[in-house]
Amino acid sequence: MKQIKVLGSGCRNCEITANVIAQAAKDVGVEVEIEKVTDIAEIMAYGVMSTPGVVVDDKVVHAGGIPGPDQVRAWVRE
Amino acid sequence: MFDAFANALAFGVLGLDPSSHAGAAVQFFIMDVAKIFVLLFVVIYAMGLLRALVAPERVREFIRGRPDWQARGLAVSLGAVTPFCSCSSVPLFIGFVEAGIPLGVTFSFLIASPMINEVAAVILVGILGWKLAALYVVAGLVVAWFGGIVMQRFRPERWVEDYVWQIQVGKADLPKPDTTFAGRHHYALAEVREIVGRIWTWVLIGIGVGALFHGFVPAGWVSENLGGDSWYTVPAAVVLGIPLYSNATGVIPVAEAMLGKGVAVGTTLALMMSVAALSLPEMLILRKVIQWQALALFAAVLAVAFTLVGWGFNAIV
Repeated sequence: MKQIKVLGSGCRNCEITANVIAQAAKDVGVEVEIEKVTDIAEIMAYGVMSTPGVVVDDKVVHAGGIPGPDQVRAWVRE
Repeated sequence: MFDAFANALAFGVLGLDPSSHAGAAVQFFIMDVAKIFVLLFVVIYAMGLLRALVAPERVREFIRGRPDWQARGLAVSLGAVTPFCSCSSVPLFIGFVEAGIPLGVTFSFLIASPMINEVAAVILVGILGWKLAALYVVAGLVVAWFGGIVMQRFRPERWVEDYVWQIQVGKADLPKPDTTFAGRHHYALAEVREIVGRIWTWVLIGIGVGALFHGFVPAGWVSENLGGDSWYTVPAAVVLGIPLYSNATGVIPVAEAMLGKGVAVGTTLALMMSVAALSLPEMLILRKVIQWQALALFAAVLAVAFTLVGWGFNAIV
């Protein structure tokens, strides 16, 4: 199963990002595990400073702002 | 154009009396909503196309390892072109500390970032004219430059929370941005959605306050009480701005209404800076990385700086 982490210290945009990903995964029928990482040390360990960031299978794929729908679909599909 | 549109809507369609308080306020509100939101969309979209908005990860790489004055110059100018969400200020702070960037430089960045950004600058030009826009931007840069230097003098390192020093920042391998036109277009649209989505409430509130001020506060009362002859109006404006928070764009219509009624330029600038850069929510967020003493000092340095700027402009203009 795909492991997706949403990095962000709990601001509204991080919440939205997590929801967008969950919805996209449901739409294409892929099971994903979404984890919200709020610990600042862990977020920084990924080298991400602008939140929300997204990590798919331990690789940073996005940082800063809510990701676009096309991007999200690509992450849950591949 | 916006003026005519607002006149038609407020006095024609709604049938308000142009000489009444409500008429003046509603006309102002409609005009500014139309003008500011059109400007917002256009400016953010254009910046997005050019990818003129710099990511904080890159800011850190630019600044690290440079001599003090260069680092500070970059921090102030990059702070001015990066409209960050305040939720990024903690990771930014930690990232700067970890890169060995002096705290004074970091504070310069933290002052410049909320106060000045290119979107607000363009809207300032559109609403208040380029002279006031230039005054505001230059004053902001100067405050950020010297504010950081003053903070450094107090050795703020002792107030940084211990865990901050221990954090190791990984190297992000961020995907390359899509630089085709379609990619830029998508990015620009997303930027518009993201930034407008974040600030529209502040802007509407700002326009509402501006409209009420424009419609209901008599010019005679303003010139008697806020004319700039009495020394205490500037510090009063700064103190008033501390609990009030809005972003740099939202405070513009308020300034527009104040200047229109004859409030002194220095007093208006002081209030704008205080509302945009000195905010309690921002301070509380920073509390995660620095202790109260440093926050209090930060607020005090800014309050004094804004007061000096206000007095300075009131004396000159």
